[in-house]
Amino acid sequence: MNRRRASLVLEDGHVFEGEVFGEARPAAGEVVFNTGMAGYPESLTDPSYSGQILVLTYPLIGNYGVPPGTGPESLDGPFESGRVQVAGLIVSSLCPAPSHWSSTRTLDAWLREENVAGIQGIPTRTLTKILREKGTMLGKIVLPGRDTDFFDPDKINLVERVSTKKVLSYGSGRKRIALLDCGAKNNIIRCLVNRGVTVLRVPWDHDLASLDYDGLVISNGPGNPKMCGRAVEEARKAMARGKPIFGICLGNQILALAAGLDTYKLKYGHRSQNQPCLDTRTGRCPITSQNHGYAVKPELGPDWEAWFVNANDGTNEGIRHKRLPFRAVQFHPEGAPGPRDTEYLFDEFLEAVK
Amino acid sequence: MKVLLLGSGALKIGEAGEFDYSGSQALKALKEEGVKTVLVNPNIATIQTGREFADRIYFLPVNREFVERIIRREKPDGILLGFGGQTALNCGVSLEGVLDRHKVRVLVTPLKTIKETEDRALFVAKLAEIGVLTPRGVVVTSVKRGMAAASSLGFPLMVRVSYDLGGRGSGVVRDLAELQIKLERAFAFSKRVLLEEYLHGWKEIEYEVVRDGRDNCLTVCNMENLDPMGFHTGESAVVAPTQTLTNFEYHELRRIAIQVVRHLGVVGECNIQFALDPYRWDYRVIEVNARLSRSSALASKATAYPLAYVAAKLALGKTLPELKNSVTGVTTTCFEPALDYIVCKIPRWDLQKFRRVESRIGSEMKSVGEVMGIGRSFEEAFQKAFRMLEIGVDGFVSDFKLGPLADELRTDKRFFAIAKALRLGWPVSKLRRITGIDPWFLERMKGLVGMEERLRQKRPPRPLLLQAKRAGFSDARIAALAGRKEASVRALRKKWGIVPAVKQMDTLAAEYPARTNYLYLTYHETEDDVAFGERGVLVLGSGPYRIGSSVEFDWCSVSCVRSLAAQGRKTIVLNSNPETVSTDYDMSDRLYFEEMTLERVLDVCDKERPDGVVVSMGGQTPNNLAVPLARNGVRILGTAPSDIVRAEDRNKFSALLDRHGVEQPEWKDLSSLRSARAFARAIGFPVLIRPSFVLSGSAMSVAFDESGMERFLAKAGSFSPGQSVIITKFIEGAKEIEFDGVAAQGELLCYAIGEHIENAGVHSGDATIILPAQRIHVQAHREVRLIAKTIARALRITGPFNIQFIAKDDRIKVIECNLRASRTFPFVSKTYGVDFIDIATRAMLGDSTGPVHKSLFETDAIAIKAPQFSFSRLKKADPILTVEMASTGEVACFGRSVHEAFLKAIVATGFRIPRRSVFVSIKGDVNRVRSLDWIRALAALGFEMTATEHTADFLRRNGIAAERLFKIHESREPNVRTRLQGRRIDLVINIPFSYDRIEFDDSYEIRRMAVDFGVPLITNIQLARLLAEALAAKPELEVRAWDEYLG
Repeated sequence: MNRRRASLVLEDGHVFEGEVFGEARPAAGEVVFNTGMAGYPESLTDPSYSGQILVLTYPLIGNYGVPPGTGPESLDGPFESGRVQVAGLIVSSLCPAPSHWSSTRTLDAWLREENVAGIQGIPTRTLTKILREKGTMLGKIVLPGRDTDFFDPDKINLVERVSTKKVLSYGSGRKRIALLDCGAKNNIIRCLVNRGVTVLRVPWDHDLASLDYDGLVISNGPGNPKMCGRAVEEARKAMARGKPIFGICLGNQILALAAGLDTYKLKYGHRSQNQPCLDTRTGRCPITSQNHGYAVKPELGPDWEAWFVNANDGTNEGIRHKRLPFRAVQFHPEGAPGPRDTEYLFDEFLEAVK
Repeated sequence: MKVLLLGSGALKIGEAGEFDYSGSQALKALKEEGVKTVLVNPNIATIQTGREFADRIYFLPVNREFVERIIRREKPDGILLGFGGQTALNCGVSLEGVLDRHKVRVLVTPLKTIKETEDRALFVAKLAEIGVLTPRGVVVTSVKRGMAAASSLGFPLMVRVSYDLGGRGSGVVRDLAELQIKLERAFAFSKRVLLEEYLHGWKEIEYEVVRDGRDNCLTVCNMENLDPMGFHTGESAVVAPTQTLTNFEYHELRRIAIQVVRHLGVVGECNIQFALDPYRWDYRVIEVNARLSRSSALASKATAYPLAYVAAKLALGKTLPELKNSVTGVTTTCFEPALDYIVCKIPRWDLQKFRRVESRIGSEMKSVGEVMGIGRSFEEAFQKAFRMLEIGVDGFVSDFKLGPLADELRTDKRFFAIAKALRLGWPVSKLRRITGIDPWFLERMKGLVGMEERLRQKRPPRPLLLQAKRAGFSDARIAALAGRKEASVRALRKKWGIVPAVKQMDTLAAEYPARTNYLYLTYHETEDDVAFGERGVLVLGSGPYRIGSSVEFDWCSVSCVRSLAAQGRKTIVLNSNPETVSTDYDMSDRLYFEEMTLERVLDVCDKERPDGVVVSMGGQTPNNLAVPLARNGVRILGTAPSDIVRAEDRNKFSALLDRHGVEQPEWKDLSSLRSARAFARAIGFPVLIRPSFVLSGSAMSVAFDESGMERFLAKAGSFSPGQSVIITKFIEGAKEIEFDGVAAQGELLCYAIGEHIENAGVHSGDATIILPAQRIHVQAHREVRLIAKTIARALRITGPFNIQFIAKDDRIKVIECNLRASRTFPFVSKTYGVDFIDIATRAMLGDSTGPVHKSLFETDAIAIKAPQFSFSRLKKADPILTVEMASTGEVACFGRSVHEAFLKAIVATGFRIPRRSVFVSIKGDVNRVRSLDWIRALAALGFEMTATEHTADFLRRNGIAAERLFKIHESREPNVRTRLQGRRIDLVINIPFSYDRIEFDDSYEIRRMAVDFGVPLITNIQLARLLAEALAAKPELEVRAWDEYLG
């Protein structure tokens, strides 16, 4: 293997030395972490990570290789979009000899194909502790003699970058579900299609008024919700129309903003697959997969109520309109990666769709 | 509210220290809720049977009869069956009607669910209701039906026994002949046997699931067995979390696990095992254990999630979201731990202690303990684990002595065989085919072998040294490869700044800040997670449980830590064994889950700079570290290392005894066969032989003549420079006396004198011990005490010590002396109600409260400690008592008489009191004459006596009627085999010719068959005599709690 030195430089001055893998090129972005122990093909293709250098805290990555890839519009494989979305990948140990029946290549080879750089040999726990205290941190992958500038993805509209450019249709059910694609994960589409509905995937700023649909899903996506004003605008229009709405992750924040509620940055973001969320209606506490640094403020006004609350830190994890069929969750009911305890929320949503 | 908790009894293969952990956590959880607790557990060496844990403790057998009497007496509101292993669960099932009658509620998982998880047919049907796949199979109720069913299923197939315990009787069979043998054995233990498809080579994956009464359900940990299906999980190396599962596989199995647990209605904790196809997506659910298990103890230690504690709280109706995660102090228990490290469990076997034992491993559990290595790479965790085993290897790659590779790849030494095969260039694909281990793991092992080669250089460069340390190589191994000294490698890497970092196991992979004190060391990180301010005292724990060193040393370690804490000291524990209480998150101020090696203890000392280190609580391994630690400037608490040397060095100790006029059996350290033979001839046979060159196999033996001596030495190895053999006069017919004491600066503070029932020649760990000694002269008693005082003074002992004596013809001789806590410390402490370890700890801190007043040693009750053997799990092993220890655990019971305490104690080990018939077979005329008295006593009690030819003739000549049974190989009726198989013999008393004579004869076959058919067996004359006496005395077996005996 071509072993070359590389370093991860953080904007606060921390430098971590390691070995480059994947495509040996400098890269910059916001550095974030996730503590999930499995699911790197899913995470790396999750559009929510667009513009970010992802640190996988779990130290052994690439163990089961990578299955064959398919085209950008395919729903096959454990991929959440048609390409690797992260700006860079940071791991402790990269597995050079993966083992799985579904694997056709190493993680290293895949990242090379996808033109993405990674560094291994980094103390990811130490790094995670730094990142969790900072909340957000810019960083860059630097090679000897090849530097790059820090890049703040919050300054550009990432949603625009990852959203579909045209309207796509999936499935063939009677119910028509519009998916406002702010960077939607494939598994949201799979979860809907598997339940026998037609999914109309539309760009993040699509004029929903002109679309014939029975229910609306506002997807997950990258970045700060306050950067996607037009999506918020569309959501507000959709609320006026009264059809059922289900927001996921960024979609939750967009719906909240559309409803006149506010968002804020968490002291400790939720970046793991083991987040307990209390369903305030049932008292049950499923385990959820999460990846967010912003949350909806607990002041929900007269029309909205807290639907889910994080059992660890008490922050809001979902909102629900008291009378109208609007609801949203901050976590990922579609899992991928992560537990599927809350997949039933798709059923509940589709029941509300006439 | 009052709750009865059933313990698991003695440690045995399949049920070991993990249930001390789960029981003690449960008791703690109940106490916090103000619940009164009653504990039944005859295992006196456990921590849970301490006054701090339960309000009432019964050292009585965990069986229907005794537990029913306890229920009648205590009138508990509820009962917990899930914390004492299969023993407690089986006892609970047997109590079904009793519990209703006395209105005792089964807390959490109802009996119906337990039965559905224990009975294969019910289990399979139940899972089919929700479309969950289980292996195809047929339940059969007789050998004949089994043979018939096999033809439809095809071979190979798996034979499974209901109400299994450690897989006893279960296994893979490849043809009709094997099936027949297997079924005969299986039906000896069980009424139903399941034949099912054999999922050869499938991965074995486990999930630990918790569910509360509100239906919140989650998986705390998943684990991957390195060894595939067909290996008992207790025999397999295991990693957590799983390494080769994709997100889909991980979460699909998790989803099914939760679905199954909900459908079964389990509340509390349970374990679910899956088989996973390595070539396509397919799975089977193998089993569900609706109780705390060995795997859940491992999961708890691997994740720092207090499973047993939480399960007990759920039993009281608490819900997961309302319970706080006591590790973080802030988050809830309703979450799934995220690990940012990998753990690797490796079992510890002691098969070399047994004669004729089958060393192939498979679907039956044979291991006696386990260790858990933690690292940030598989290699780091894996190599640590090998060193933690304390079997004399420095890691995965070793110079372990091996037999032919093709055979050893299937034995307990298979990892060493894999290392050797890789070194010889065997491809990974071939090893996968033979071992069934996933290539992911084999590739990592191959990497270790490759690195080992690269390390064969005098001056490994810094990057290579760092890489080696990250791959878990010890300084000692690197030194050996480089041809340097361990200390010089250590100095070099420290110079280069290659030092490990201390990391927390915090349950959430650093996502939030945590307060945990649960720590390990790794070379993959550079920053310590904790600060090192206040200095503490470091206590070295027990290491893995093994034959000869077990839960008793965990009790000692924990007692020491509690005592230190009571003196206001900061406590630090180092231990490697996930089955222990000392590794619980709330036992010490800091816990290092680490190896008990000089390198690692020094690493911890470099960080913590402790005030002192306690080496006398964890058995021999930490004791051995006293001198090297002291040489490295570490302060050892208690007896000075230089004095420890004077006790451990045979020559020095012998000279010391001579100087003080203390007698010892004649002995000599000899370096050739000729001189050994000459010395043995001079002192006269029999002699005890202890060669220094034993790598595997028996370390000791008794020889009755020259040929026996030569035979043993030839088997052990050969003389080479620097190696020798110690020959000691073996005194026949002598009584053995056990002395446990504590001293401060050579002054005796407290002591206990126990007496072995078996004559000398039976290892003290296998002996049945009476406390206080009842049948030795007052004079002997006094002499023992005086000698102990002399030795304590001469060695300036501070702390615990143990001396073994033999007494014959009014002469007392010292045979062994250890300046550390011994196996019997919990037994004597609990019998007297005086914590010897607390006294020892205070003495070591220089804070002795002076000698304990003598009247404390006048007890009203008598206690008897009896050994627990696990021969039924060790196929082919000769179930005989020798100078090598063979028992895996012990119990102790109290009584008003020796007879009462004795009967209770043996019943607590699973012995069934004979009702009708006794079979005797005695080798040698001398033994027969010596046995006449007790055989006569048994005959007088009306037992139907049967015997082998010579014994029957002898008995007839002496006026005792005994039916002659033919030996097994004689194939004539009436035959011993038929009688044993037909359950027409209640007890086998088989007295071999003499200790340690190797008898490959029908005598062995009878013993073995008794064990295989589950018939109680006695092989010792003194035990047989005491049993006959006790049966004749017919004492009432009182049900009394411990506090009532202490008065």
